[in-house]
Amino acid sequence: MTEPSLYDQVLDYENRANPWPLYEKLRSQPVWQEADGTFVVSTYREALALQHDPRVSSDPANLLPEFAAIRPPGEGDGTATGFIRTDPPRHDVLRRMAMRQFGPPHRPDFVDSFTPTLQTIVAKLIDKLADRQQADIVDDVAYPLPVAAICRMLGVPPEDEPTFSAWVEPIVNSLGNPTPEQLQERTHAIQAMANYMFELAQRRRAEPGDDMISGYVTDDGPDGRLEGADLFGTLVLLLIAGHETTVNLITNGWLTLQRHPEVLQRLRTEPAFVIRLVEELLRYEPPVHILPFRTPTNDIEIGGTTIRKGHPVAIMLASGNRDPHCIPHADRFDPDRVGNVHLSFASGVHYCFGAPLARLEAQVALVELAKRLENPHLVADPPPYRPSPVLRGPIHLPITYDRVSPR
Amino acid sequence: MRVVVDLTKCEGYAQCAFLAPEAFRMVGDEALMFDPSPPDELREKVLRAAAACPVQALQVDFADLPPHSQGESTAWHGEGRLGQDGRVVIVGASLAGLKAAEQLRAEGFPGSITMIGDEPEEPYDRPPLSKQVQTGWAHSADTTLPRRREIDADWKLGVAATALDLDRKTVTLADGQEVGFDRLLISTGVRARPWHVPEEAALDGVFTIRTRADATGLRERLMSKPSRVLVIGSGFTGSEMASVCVELGIPVLVAEAGPAPLAGALGGVIGRIAGGIMREHGVDLRTNTMVTSLQGEDGKLRRALLSDGTTVDVDVAVVALGGIRNVEWLESSRLAVGVWGVACDAGCRAFDANGLVTDDVFVAGDVARQPQPMFGYQFLAMEHWGNSVSQAEVAAHNMISGESDRWPHLEVSAFWSLQFGNNIKSVGVPVIADQVAITQGSVQKRQFVAAYGYKGRIVGAVSWNQGKWLDFYEQQIEQAAPFPPPYDMTNPPEDPTPVAAEFPERTYPGREATVMVTGHDPSERRATLVRNARRR
Repeated sequence: MTEPSLYDQVLDYENRANPWPLYEKLRSQPVWQEADGTFVVSTYREALALQHDPRVSSDPANLLPEFAAIRPPGEGDGTATGFIRTDPPRHDVLRRMAMRQFGPPHRPDFVDSFTPTLQTIVAKLIDKLADRQQADIVDDVAYPLPVAAICRMLGVPPEDEPTFSAWVEPIVNSLGNPTPEQLQERTHAIQAMANYMFELAQRRRAEPGDDMISGYVTDDGPDGRLEGADLFGTLVLLLIAGHETTVNLITNGWLTLQRHPEVLQRLRTEPAFVIRLVEELLRYEPPVHILPFRTPTNDIEIGGTTIRKGHPVAIMLASGNRDPHCIPHADRFDPDRVGNVHLSFASGVHYCFGAPLARLEAQVALVELAKRLENPHLVADPPPYRPSPVLRGPIHLPITYDRVSPR
Repeated sequence: MRVVVDLTKCEGYAQCAFLAPEAFRMVGDEALMFDPSPPDELREKVLRAAAACPVQALQVDFADLPPHSQGESTAWHGEGRLGQDGRVVIVGASLAGLKAAEQLRAEGFPGSITMIGDEPEEPYDRPPLSKQVQTGWAHSADTTLPRRREIDADWKLGVAATALDLDRKTVTLADGQEVGFDRLLISTGVRARPWHVPEEAALDGVFTIRTRADATGLRERLMSKPSRVLVIGSGFTGSEMASVCVELGIPVLVAEAGPAPLAGALGGVIGRIAGGIMREHGVDLRTNTMVTSLQGEDGKLRRALLSDGTTVDVDVAVVALGGIRNVEWLESSRLAVGVWGVACDAGCRAFDANGLVTDDVFVAGDVARQPQPMFGYQFLAMEHWGNSVSQAEVAAHNMISGESDRWPHLEVSAFWSLQFGNNIKSVGVPVIADQVAITQGSVQKRQFVAAYGYKGRIVGAVSWNQGKWLDFYEQQIEQAAPFPPPYDMTNPPEDPTPVAAEFPERTYPGREATVMVTGHDPSERRATLVRNARRR
């Protein structure tokens, strides 16, 4: 048995709490080839370049047959991937149809108009912490916030939200290296949710509201209508991708604030500071560490190496964010950073669909937590982490506090 | 508050349009329009938008920058640096001038900065003047560029520089003042080429569009619902004006002397695609057609005679025939000055007429003509927003730095245009190409990328609503990668076969190509020693 490679060590759960020294070693060479044929790209410049390279495909059909069995770490079974596993032009059409109900140019005000709703959701979640002196940032705030938000946006009626959340949980839980039981639960949940969505879509078609599902089933853009598997794939994608990532952003964010008390203090007195703070949190502790599973349609020379056609490529976003050759004082957490060009939402045509919503959710949640929790402390540092090296963040983040200030 | 977006950098991620929809608006999938002067109550949203920009293209006033960025300047020392009593004079108070001043202060330059401009206003942004100002989303008065830091300059506005004396190191102004300098930056830019018959150009209703005053006048006239607008020339400005007229519902006729719109900048093949789009939008496009005269009654424009023999009734004519470089004030300066601008080296130092490089005179922006190593060290004259900024920064750095710390200006040229809902972006220097090939996407769907080749190497690229891929082509251009691209890409085009790019012969600087390859010496074939009076 050979020594585990640096990439193997990154994937190893033992290193989940602190992968940064491994990333630094990885960056000593921009591109590594793993024994299984995977290429690992860890430097900023190369990670960025590959995301703008039209020779790099997101479609698994372009993987050579011998790699078909390799599942990217932390990925599910691929049942509901929507447009993220497609290339242009198909990708662009699907994404444009999905975007039509979510953002500009067709619905430019939609996300912004949700800011007060997000504030209310967060305020209520924090109200619930008032009668105790300990909480779990994950279960009490970071997890329920995006579920509630996406339910409102999609148009899931409030009375159905608990049922809906119950389906989300097994789907999200199966994202790591799922056990057979988890996979089975996932299948049930997806089936139940599909039935529910189908029925909801029928209702909305008859009685449309201003929610996204109503838009999808009634408002045809120039590209036509999202239907059947495309519609369901997109909805599940929005749910999962917009969910697990936001949980990590808020949780990693709070953890980092607790580790930098002076920054937390500043946030209490200067709420507008959260805008730049969240950008730096994204860079410094990104919710998604790796873009797995891209593959070249041709051999590509990059970083002194040739990445082979049809081989899997793992783009190490989190490592790129800390590349000192491109990011000044990259290892320092500096919320006043100017020109913060992190990779955390990826780049190019696959740039995160829900990024604006994730930013707003994190901004609202972190300001409210900072303002209202008095004397918060971490129970454990580092906290326990989720299994996934891709969607990396604490599974729980228990804290104690003296009291909760009124709104 | 004031806002500007570096649309060269912008890749259309729309984060600003999500987070501050009142101030930023997407047109199609990736083109951005912005309000350069959003109301103060939008401050928080605009700051959110600025922070979220993935390529950090959005700039706001320095009051909104984090506190320490004001003091981030490097320590002021080092061999050859200009000190406390150093005097920098910047002639041309526009984008390049302002960016140079900001760069000087960012590097901690402690001496004096004098900004001289012939227009009465502080530096303002010109691209919106032919776009959101004409469609009424922004006012021309609101296009003042945001300040990225305090520059503490002595402003001399509304007074043109009239002469440069290299021996005495002084600039003479129109009001007779003399301003002495230790370092000079020439950033006097370009003015609009007027209609060539002065009496016709003076008719009420004939406009050029370059300055704020031009834009204000034209906007007022368009608001009075003219029956038809004539656009003379279909480079970027002319095409954008035609697009504005369509958006405003005003009938528009475009007279283009060449075979297709944008042919000067992008070649005939791509130009014909642009022409097709124009016609689809109802523009009366007449190619290979010149305007032979403009006729008026009572001093007002009434009709135009065209070389196709027709006469058309028009109330408004927009003359979009490119620019004239503002170099007349340098005629007796002994600098290497011509119709293509002021020649300078890769470090933005001006050449004198004998090809000697000067130490203290620098050039940046549209008026500069600079050798580009990527293109055989030919001199390029570029009228691009991004080029102005990057040259200004290099010039400013070099003028206060010692020899061992000078920067070369090597940026690959890039520009954008927004017309008929299409976002057109380009990198490299298409005008030197002999061939062009569609490399990605669909021309028919107006979503494609085309690459330009010269002698088997890639030299440029243009994207239509596919701007996120251009970074790749920029790298290919830097590496002089083979053309046509010898590999499979995602989203392959129907027909990738290279064809002749069909660029017009280089003629005169008014064909609205925004990059000109001027050769090593475009205007002079003789060598005449221009003697320095004092050293004779």
